[in-house]
Amino acid sequence: MKYISEFRQPKLVEKIVQRIKRIAQNLEREIKLMEVCGTHAMMILRYGIKQLLPANIKLISGPGCPVCVTPDLYIDKACTYARKGFLIATFGDMMRVPGSNGSLIEEKSKGGKIKVVYSPVDALKLAESFPEEKVVFLGIGFETTAPTVAASVAIAKERKISNYMVLSGHKLIPPAMKALVQGGKVKIDGFLCPGHVSTIIGSKAYEFIAEDYHIPCVVAGFEPVDILQSIYLLLLQISQNEAKVENEYARSVSKEGNLTAKKIMSKVFTKSSSVWRGLGMIEESGLKLKEDYFQHDVEVRFPLEVFSSSVEDKGCRCGEILQGLIEPPQCPLFAKECNPSRPYGPCMVSVEGACNIYYRFGKDRCQDSEVKWKI
Amino acid sequence: MCLAIPVKLVSVEDESTGWVEVGGIKRKVSLLLLPDAKVGDYVLIHAGFAISKVEEKEAKELLDLISNLE
Repeated sequence: MKYISEFRQPKLVEKIVQRIKRIAQNLEREIKLMEVCGTHAMMILRYGIKQLLPANIKLISGPGCPVCVTPDLYIDKACTYARKGFLIATFGDMMRVPGSNGSLIEEKSKGGKIKVVYSPVDALKLAESFPEEKVVFLGIGFETTAPTVAASVAIAKERKISNYMVLSGHKLIPPAMKALVQGGKVKIDGFLCPGHVSTIIGSKAYEFIAEDYHIPCVVAGFEPVDILQSIYLLLLQISQNEAKVENEYARSVSKEGNLTAKKIMSKVFTKSSSVWRGLGMIEESGLKLKEDYFQHDVEVRFPLEVFSSSVEDKGCRCGEILQGLIEPPQCPLFAKECNPSRPYGPCMVSVEGACNIYYRFGKDRCQDSEVKWKI
Repeated sequence: MCLAIPVKLVSVEDESTGWVEVGGIKRKVSLLLLPDAKVGDYVLIHAGFAISKVEEKEAKELLDLISNLE
């Protein structure tokens, strides 16, 4: 078993779709299911899953793209450190995200020292190889990524690599789901919970959503069979007026998650309030380095002057898209002024951003005729 | 960003490093977050770290369940 092709078999897809259709018919109302993972959003459009669903079952994207929910202020800080001569190491998808005053790729073109790395360990190696440089790794990502960065910081401390620092913009998914539900702007009938975030935090982390807010949750894998089966499980719960957490992705996700990863994450990081693009400030939804690791926290060692709050680009509706309020083609800039070669907002930059995904795969694959567009 | 793919662990170098293979290409990965991974296991790799084991039993159970649907 290779765990990929087996989960793309058309005959299995057909079986699940038939069951979804049967159950959707009996529901007799519009059902909105939200995924909170950029990779889910991409797979759904890439495989045309929306087209397979009955008209009353809507899939909406939530704030599941880490790059997209990162506010302008963070990009501005990273660019400022680059301008001050720090060596910035980052995952590639941060390069073109526009801040209020340019992007990292623009800083690079002006001579800034900016390196794309695949892993925080590669950033650590840079710091080790160039002890004269002040290396700053851009710590962006949810619970999947945070333990890898925590591990790199722990190694740096152990090996006394003092020129390795992190600018932490890590964010946590469950508090954002709670904020979305409490905000009440969009009615969510069920959550497709992010598979890889859940490998770390476990399916247990969503129990409060089911218990306190009576919203069904299913931890979903990423192949077409996984996504459709998870949709089916959600619809089954909805039709029986149940709300519990189910785990469709049991081959990789346990109830408790990855205990080693959770341990290293809580050893290095502590929860803090954090600003999300589109959602604003959410209590205890971010991670910052603990005092023991302050020598690796660039904001503690080399604090910047306080920035004035930045203004997001006029006309860009990333904020609403991240809350599931509108679909990308409903933004007047979409596929016109704003496109992957000249993005206005982060949702068009990241390959996991809803706008970028719609631009690449979404043509003729949207559910509503009014949101179809021409490129 | 939370993209992770199932790959086979082909050798273990020391307690915190191993090699995975996908499509004939080998890559060094950190096993710090998955210390009990064994050679032959399929693991999910994210940002150079193995983060989770892929369990064959659960995968088969799901596929059987769906295959047997009416």
